[in-house]
Amino acid sequence: MIPQPFRIRQFRQETHDTFTLELEPANGAAPAAFQPGQFNMVYVFGVGEVPISISSNPASPRLFMHTTREVGTVTKAMRRLKKGDIVGVRGPFGTPWPVEDSAGSDIVIVAGGIGLAPLRPALYALINNRDRYGRIVLLYGTRSPNDILYQKELKQWRAEFDLEVYVTVDRAIGSWRGNVGVVTQLIPKAPFDPLSSVAFVCGPEVMMRFTVQELQRRGVAEDKIYLSMERNMKCATGFCGHCQYGPTFVCKNGPVFRFDRIADIFGKREI
Amino acid sequence: MKEIALKAGDTVVVARGDLQALLDALAARDYTLIGPTVRDGAIAYCEIRTVEDLPAGWEDEQDGGTYRLHRRGDGRLFGFTVGPHSWKQFLYPPVLKLWEARRNGHGFTVHRDESPQPRRAFIGVRGCELAAIGVQDQVFLHGKYVDSTYQARREGVFIVAVNCGHVVSTCFCVSMKTGPKVGKGFDIALTEILDADGHRFVAEAGTARGAEVLAAVPHRPADASDRAAAEVVSANAEQAMKRSMDTEGIRDLLYNNAEHPRWEAVANRCMTCANCTMVCPTCFCHTVEDVTDLSGSHAERWRKWDSCFTMEFSYIHGGSVRPSASARYRQWMTHKLASWIDQFGTSGCVGCGRCITWCPVGIDITEEVRAIRETDRAAEEG
Repeated sequence: MIPQPFRIRQFRQETHDTFTLELEPANGAAPAAFQPGQFNMVYVFGVGEVPISISSNPASPRLFMHTTREVGTVTKAMRRLKKGDIVGVRGPFGTPWPVEDSAGSDIVIVAGGIGLAPLRPALYALINNRDRYGRIVLLYGTRSPNDILYQKELKQWRAEFDLEVYVTVDRAIGSWRGNVGVVTQLIPKAPFDPLSSVAFVCGPEVMMRFTVQELQRRGVAEDKIYLSMERNMKCATGFCGHCQYGPTFVCKNGPVFRFDRIADIFGKREI
Repeated sequence: MKEIALKAGDTVVVARGDLQALLDALAARDYTLIGPTVRDGAIAYCEIRTVEDLPAGWEDEQDGGTYRLHRRGDGRLFGFTVGPHSWKQFLYPPVLKLWEARRNGHGFTVHRDESPQPRRAFIGVRGCELAAIGVQDQVFLHGKYVDSTYQARREGVFIVAVNCGHVVSTCFCVSMKTGPKVGKGFDIALTEILDADGHRFVAEAGTARGAEVLAAVPHRPADASDRAAAEVVSANAEQAMKRSMDTEGIRDLLYNNAEHPRWEAVANRCMTCANCTMVCPTCFCHTVEDVTDLSGSHAERWRKWDSCFTMEFSYIHGGSVRPSASARYRQWMTHKLASWIDQFGTSGCVGCGRCITWCPVGIDITEEVRAIRETDRAAEEG
């Protein structure tokens, strides 16, 4: 599978170390439809290719939005790209969040840091059909108030779509008057019915570990918790072997896993 | 010579002196011949043209961390087992350019070389190796995605298998049910016999094209005594095999013992050198490297064999998922013997013993399984 050329339609700096690329096909082709939770392999000419989750609204797949953090060679090179530049895209790959299968339930979304990026299309998909769901609660933790992603969208969703948003930060600065502490502290008090809820969780692995514990403590069943896992990835088609997580390949059996299916390896060291 | 029609399943006898005719028949059918040769003191798979290129009269001696060739004192052409090479290097090359791209304006165009691959005939594929090719077929051809580079190389391959008459101490194909007699998937299977009646090969056609090639080689029909002599070769090889691995319930055994102290013990010896993964005929992990030329207008993507024993293999921002040697050894062995079954419906181990021989410190996968089985924590608790 070879990269297809996509043009950067917009480059947006989100926070001091995160940015979003809006990509449209450069060859006039229609971009592939995608499901919330899936990812693309994004290639910077001559530098390399990295997996990045898709963050756009799946109902209008005219473009791919990718929000990422500047952490390695490829994302640093990506950060220097401008509107009009071309990148390569392979995808979409991977398993989606169970958005449609969760109709009729309360939805609890727990995000840590950049983990909100792969959940953004799920939020769109939920509010696109808002009446199909019970309460929708977003619990979001970041390092500081300056690290909060998608602030405009969060305000809009909260105002217009009956989405309950609770944000917490590790370190309060400036005029922050909201919650301080880890995101798991929000779970015991969050307004959802644990017996009829589905949880979508994405963030650092340690954050997801404690999130699962808190959700289970409230009574959310193992098979109603979904996690998006991250591993090194080179091919995205199950051949390079890098993304193996126990018997699974995160690229094709994940990244979104139902918790009970990985419960026996989740939390084991260095799996 | 009169050509007599043969069909798949037929068995004939080809004299040692007529083996060249088999190679010639394959060459005449446009196959590039690859077979065992002696190179750098080991059996290596290289392009061959004549029977003289084969390692006549050589025998190998192997043990944990040990490999030696010596003269066996007879003229057998296949009197050795497997060396550091495996056939995977031809189907799944160690280094391969996947595509190249050239800048044009703001963008770039990607070009992939799709010129046809040479048709190759593999001469001297052992039972364990034929099984290994079957395992990689499962990985690259029968999943959600198909690897087109493997497919292009695999499609035309003609397989001349050899039933082993010689085993070394690292062989354990009997345990893995892959040998010493070759299983399914060959075009022609040879059993080499050297006795009072002379030097000859009992040759079985496994496919119609194998039969067609055999028909073009001087031969006589195999009689009951020829078949019996061939069976004795395989039976003796099986008898001679001392190493074994108990595979009963091995998947759950390893899953249940992910926290076993043995991983720490083996990690104290393991140098994480990746030799085992390089010589393994089924290991398929690779990395990709993107490069540019100095002008920055030409880029290439290369695929290279990689190993789960390196730190970079599992690196994600912040560090490696498996920083400890014990976790990396556990990943390799658990993948090979347990999670491979979940992923591809087969064990990833064919019992060829290469990982034992080529380990610089002689770590033995069969011994590691035994050690865990003897102190199976789940069983103890049960």
